[in-house]
Amino acid sequence: MNPFKIIKNGITSENPTLVQCIGLCPTLAVSTSAINGVGMGIAATAVLIGSNMAVSAVRRFVPDEIRIPIFIVLIAGFVTVVQLLISGFAPSLDKSLGIFIPLIVVNCIILARAEAYAFKNGVVESFFDGIGMGLGFTIALTSIGVVRELIGNGSIFNVVVTPAGFQPALLVILAPGGFITLGMFMGAFRFFQNRSAEKRGESLPDADSGGCAACGSAAICGVRPDAGSASQTNGGDDR
Amino acid sequence: MDLLWIFLGSIFVNNIIFARFLGCCPFLGVSTKTETAKGMGVAVIFVLVMAAIMTWIAYYKVLAPLGLEYLYTLSFILIIAALVQFVELVLKKINPVLYKSLGIFLPLITTNCAVLGVSVINMNEGYGLVSSIVNALGSSIGFLLAIVLMAGVREQIDRNTNIPRCLRGLPIGLITAGLMSIAFMGFSGMIK
Repeated sequence: MNPFKIIKNGITSENPTLVQCIGLCPTLAVSTSAINGVGMGIAATAVLIGSNMAVSAVRRFVPDEIRIPIFIVLIAGFVTVVQLLISGFAPSLDKSLGIFIPLIVVNCIILARAEAYAFKNGVVESFFDGIGMGLGFTIALTSIGVVRELIGNGSIFNVVVTPAGFQPALLVILAPGGFITLGMFMGAFRFFQNRSAEKRGESLPDADSGGCAACGSAAICGVRPDAGSASQTNGGDDR
Repeated sequence: MDLLWIFLGSIFVNNIIFARFLGCCPFLGVSTKTETAKGMGVAVIFVLVMAAIMTWIAYYKVLAPLGLEYLYTLSFILIIAALVQFVELVLKKINPVLYKSLGIFLPLITTNCAVLGVSVINMNEGYGLVSSIVNALGSSIGFLLAIVLMAGVREQIDRNTNIPRCLRGLPIGLITAGLMSIAFMGFSGMIK
């Protein structure tokens, strides 16, 4: 086990937002500013680390048939803890993230990692996987947040950086900007991935399969029963 | 009159996908064919309305009297998960034809943030039972509208071979959704 490799996996080759394309709702909704992105990323990382370790710790006692409800209860417990901590210590963040804090419980990243990684690996590996995936999510959210805040508000982390004559494009902060910026980011990420894969002389699997097919929880959802094998290999790659 | 505004507002102005960003995963994942998109949309209507009723009862009749409001996340998700299982069983028994067309979508809905999200919105807005049902119905019709429109557009996009390789699939889908969202912003003047 190499902790750095596990963490790096989460940030680059298996980045939950840009490569696996899961957990898109919070990504779209809270990436309106860099600081929101960081806050949401940290909250999700905390839940992810906790739930990964808890799932991995109980994995020998949990019967296969009822594992999903058990995962959900464990995750919901950690989400409630994080929710109470945020509303206690960071009320302004609580206000700007709004209902997306309780919604961490249905964030596919967390359930997908529980199912695809923590349920099959030890507590320590799961801990590092939680950090890696959480960091990947945080970095994606923050960078999208920086771009949207810069274009839509002319500032980065609430510090005005643009010259006085700059006219911010409000649309980028509003809903449509979220979709378009994320689409561009995903495209750019894939472009660089494809290019570096070509340099190494490998050919990257076609990136066409988006949404559910690429999601680690596709097997749980049952929309694509054959996707179960795909998520298994995903989990296998980590090791 | 208020109910009508809640209903229309949740379909068009605060569209669950284009304005509130709830349920984006199925919206992008299941919107490759119009037929499946329709099935998904109808299943969401069904579950969302049921969940809104159940979570309203749980919050105001059980959690609030006991002073356990902070447990709402945990109890809502359990109620939704149990409800989906229950609906699946009942549907299988009562109406096998409907089950065949909606059944595969039901497990997917458990982890759909739209269901939990609308229940939480109902609670935050302090809606009564009737308003909650109307809001849930409007939101899910908004979801059906969005996903069917999107599927129609994506069927055409997938035939287009001019799209750069790195944008194919999900990225171009997201950009399309952004353009549709701009169109939906036109409704925002409709209701104060």
